Amino acid sequence: MTEHFPALLVILPLLAAVLIPFSPAAVKRSAWHISFASAAASLALAARLAWETFALGKVSYWFGGWAPPWGIEYSIDPLGALLLLLTAFVTCAALSYSRAAAPAELAAERLPYFYSCMLLFTSGLTGIIITGDIFNLYVFIEIASLAGYALIAAGRRREALVASYNYLILGTIAATFILLGIGYLYMAAGTLNMADLRERLPQVYHTKTVLTGFAFLVVGLSIKTALFPLHIWLPDAYTHAPSPVSALLAATGTKVGIYAMIRVIFTVFKPEFNPSTVPMTVILAGLACAGIIYGALMALAQTNIKRLLAYSSVSQIGYIILGAAISNQTAMTGSLLHIINHALMKASLFMCAGIILMSTGAEKTGDLKGLGRRMPLTMAAFTAAACSLAGLPLTAGFISKWHLALGAVEAGLWLVVPVILAGSLLTAVYFWKIIEPAYFSPAGERRPVRPEAPAGMLAPAVLLAALGVALGLAAHFPALGAGRAAALLLGKP
Amino acid sequence: MIELIAGKYNYWIYICLMMIGFYAIIAKGNLIKKIIGINIFQSAVFLFYISISKVRGGTAPILWENAVLYDNPLPHVLILTAIVVSVSTTALALALVIRIRKEFGAMEEDRIAKLRSDGP
Repeated sequence: MTEHFPALLVILPLLAAVLIPFSPAAVKRSAWHISFASAAASLALAARLAWETFALGKVSYWFGGWAPPWGIEYSIDPLGALLLLLTAFVTCAALSYSRAAAPAELAAERLPYFYSCMLLFTSGLTGIIITGDIFNLYVFIEIASLAGYALIAAGRRREALVASYNYLILGTIAATFILLGIGYLYMAAGTLNMADLRERLPQVYHTKTVLTGFAFLVVGLSIKTALFPLHIWLPDAYTHAPSPVSALLAATGTKVGIYAMIRVIFTVFKPEFNPSTVPMTVILAGLACAGIIYGALMALAQTNIKRLLAYSSVSQIGYIILGAAISNQTAMTGSLLHIINHALMKASLFMCAGIILMSTGAEKTGDLKGLGRRMPLTMAAFTAAACSLAGLPLTAGFISKWHLALGAVEAGLWLVVPVILAGSLLTAVYFWKIIEPAYFSPAGERRPVRPEAPAGMLAPAVLLAALGVALGLAAHFPALGAGRAAALLLGKP
Repeated sequence: MIELIAGKYNYWIYICLMMIGFYAIIAKGNLIKKIIGINIFQSAVFLFYISISKVRGGTAPILWENAVLYDNPLPHVLILTAIVVSVSTTALALALVIRIRKEFGAMEEDRIAKLRSDGP
């Protein structure tokens, strides 16, 4: 049984997602319970699999017993295990948050379909992380994206529909680019298995076919990860999506896109491909730096809380790509740590924004006056998560940005270091726009409907924020795991 | 020069189709026309896959006693999957357009932008 865990991890949420919309009304009423049970089971499976992966180094699963490269292979290495655990955990948190948040933002008859889409989304993400076959990667990217479009369209304003449509158009262009890139690689190497591609591609690295395929893959994945300047779909999508969806998408959607990009650059291609043929890492590092500053400045200009958080995501995605582009051991470790940090913190921040919206109706930064006294727990979670994103010492963000800056110094990229620091400073400034009125302004005339949000919504937000501080205090543990994953990626086990 | 055009005509066809689709996605303001553009864009890539699977002198990849050489069936199978993905994307996009038309009473990008409460 245990050897089938990799397949079950994808199939379980997929089955539950299909089961819910086609079941009788009596079962549909307990859609949340079914979804949460399947997400919790996925988390248990992911934890078991992560433990096995870190013990063995690599877990490989052959579908139908067909050996790769002929059969489809699922392969999990430490990086995959880390991401699996993260995705499963954030899904659980987002689902438990949804129980109170989703009925407030969605009509009751739509809820079963909403939960079903959330499960489809996780199933797609899990597939992206776990698969060892590059065409399979495309299919899972599309499963996750289609579910994502539907989830964004569930927002309560009509602008959500337009945001979803625009994301769909850009996302489909991205997916078609990815498909085309895969086609070129298949033409050049005659295989679709990632490990097999890695072995066969070096002989044809000099051909234009491989170069074109690589370019299409990287551009396609850059749209999916919302790397500056291909981020234009992100602010609208995150602003108008229901708050549990914003939390889930911001935490896992773009992170898994980055994971797919790292897989293509470091697993399908060997690290020596980049400097010898295209200055890919230089281009990515430049775009990432521009994204860090642009995202932070745009966040600074926003008054809508969710839009501020969305632009903050553009900035933080820049940090993660920057670490991967510098691609030495320290910077890569920082990049992976920042994936974890940003996923947990941004989920918590979007949850807090949802809580504030539900209890007080406040959407703008100016409406938050005196909120720190009326909703102490929510604002405490928000502040802790914001501190961690800004990279204050004793939080997880400090560890990741420390590694990133150290990695840049090691690589001799002195120009990048001030960008990292300036980005951090700007992060603190734009979050101050929210924290300052909440704690240091006298209470406005707005009275909250409830003194605090329901515990079901508050608990996941507080838990995620607390985890950010805990990971910062016990920095040794995540740094060890991320360090090992980074070493494997860079081919230095 | 002739070899570049005639010998690789399948690539030229796919590139032209792809650019026609891409142009429609970018230049057309009507939401339905954008979806048609997306479909042309995707079909171009499907044709590219099918054309690279051709083996000179090969027959359709069906088990048959007279056949000595088969076309590569793998791209066919991949594209079957991609077509399914494309159909579901189109369905979802059309569903979104129906909802947008109901909510905004418009299907043109510029008119919708004017009706939005939060600006473009």
